[in-house]
Amino acid sequence: MHAVGSLEFWIQQMINALGLGSQYALMAVGLAMVFAVMRLINFAHGTVMMGGAYIGLLLLQRGLPFPLVAAGTILGAAALGVLMERIAYRPIRGAPDVALFLNSFAVAVFLENIAVLLFSPRSRPFPMPALLTQVFHPWGDLFIPSIHLWAFGGALLALGGLAFFVTRTRIGLAMRAAAENPTAAQLMGIEVGKVTLLAFAIGSAMAGLAVLFWVAHIGTVQPGMGFEPVLKAFVACVIGGFGTIPGAVLGGYLLGALEIFLQGLLPSAVVGYRDALVYAVLIFLLLVRPGGVLGHGEAERI
Amino acid sequence: MGEPAILELREIDAAYGAIRALHGLSLQVKPGEVVALLGPNGAGKTTTLRVISGLLRPARGQVFYKGSEITGRPPAAIARMGIIQCPEGRQVFKNLTVGENLWLGAYRLRDPGRERRNLEWVLQLFPVLKERLNQRAGLLSGGQQQMLAIARALMAEPEVLLLDEPSLGLAPRVVEEVFEALARLKAQGLTMLIVEQNAEKALGLADRAYVLEAGRLVLADSAARLRENPHLVRIYLGR
Repeated sequence: MHAVGSLEFWIQQMINALGLGSQYALMAVGLAMVFAVMRLINFAHGTVMMGGAYIGLLLLQRGLPFPLVAAGTILGAAALGVLMERIAYRPIRGAPDVALFLNSFAVAVFLENIAVLLFSPRSRPFPMPALLTQVFHPWGDLFIPSIHLWAFGGALLALGGLAFFVTRTRIGLAMRAAAENPTAAQLMGIEVGKVTLLAFAIGSAMAGLAVLFWVAHIGTVQPGMGFEPVLKAFVACVIGGFGTIPGAVLGGYLLGALEIFLQGLLPSAVVGYRDALVYAVLIFLLLVRPGGVLGHGEAERI
Repeated sequence: MGEPAILELREIDAAYGAIRALHGLSLQVKPGEVVALLGPNGAGKTTTLRVISGLLRPARGQVFYKGSEITGRPPAAIARMGIIQCPEGRQVFKNLTVGENLWLGAYRLRDPGRERRNLEWVLQLFPVLKERLNQRAGLLSGGQQQMLAIARALMAEPEVLLLDEPSLGLAPRVVEEVFEALARLKAQGLTMLIVEQNAEKALGLADRAYVLEAGRLVLADSAARLRENPHLVRIYLGR
């Protein structure tokens, strides 16, 4: 490893943080969008990623070129999200938030078990093309895994596209309106049901993109793989400001940066406790700023 | 006047669970008319608008728009037909800017040309909104939010505009401004059904009025005659 504090060290950490942060931001955004339109903390968000990953694996095993595998993962995740919304959430739309949340647990457990039945509980390797796994070695001690660059580039495109969509298109604006006040939105002629479905589809597609990078890091897929991503996505949302897209993005990058820098800076004796320290920072942050970094700012007239 | 009503309710019964809110309500609005719906708190005025807009399905009775039945159609569909409601309490989208709120008002039109024209029209009616197009709507004062709510409804080019308590919570001077704007809209031929607790202001604007009490129609007459009606005057105007 490099000497802590050397230029290579900091550049290395920054690149790792951008790569990991991009992944977390993509995962968190999907969770935030669903919460915004439905007041639902979708515990099955990680399951959507797992489903997308398995669809990608099946396509890969059929010998499809990687761009199609990636597209299949993203679209598969989106399709799974849409099915989930129609079957498990829409029918109980007016129910208390807790009921929706419990349903999402049920969906997650149900789908995980289906995956165990279909694919067995053991991990399966998901080989990535060399283009994604190569490591650049520009100079000295600096190693740049290309996956981080892909993740950053992918996130830039996807999140940039999303930002344009929600601020400058009619339907994107309708989504924000429906999230804030579904009744008033309906009175403008906005079909809140369709807009909610679209939010699920887009959010799940983002998660599908994120899982490609997740799988590139761990190299395998297994039915229980969705738990950790949804937890990270949730923490990222809370850090940044829960339920908003900017909050999710900021939280994702902050969480990624926090994990990477703690990993790099902690002495080897305690680096195993990195996650505990991440959560300690989270608790402290929430004590000081319960709304997250971007939490409630301006005053509002009622 | 032999002209057919553009909006008609026939024998509407409506309830919230076990609580009956409307009993056999029938009313009409003719094109170009301004009709006031008056009555005390809890009389069922807001419920009437909710039934028209499709937010509440009546237990009995029918709603007709331009001669076709629209009872039970979903709210978004009814809005897209041209019945636009400015709901109680303004309900502007606080996290969106004034401009975004207005743009959303024109949602049903799907026509950038008409959106632009309507934006010019409403900004002329409500100049206070012009300087605030990029401000978050939540930062506006109550009166400004009411103007925004009406402007937003106008962006949709309503064929019938439903207004729920436009004067609620506003200072008298602001109420004046709001009703002046409504008077200008009336002069432009806009058909309106206004629910109001402020009977005086509403009767000053309306052609006809209905009075509700405990979910039932108790009076229906021209606005001019109702201003002189002792029953109404005693109960609602406090004299």
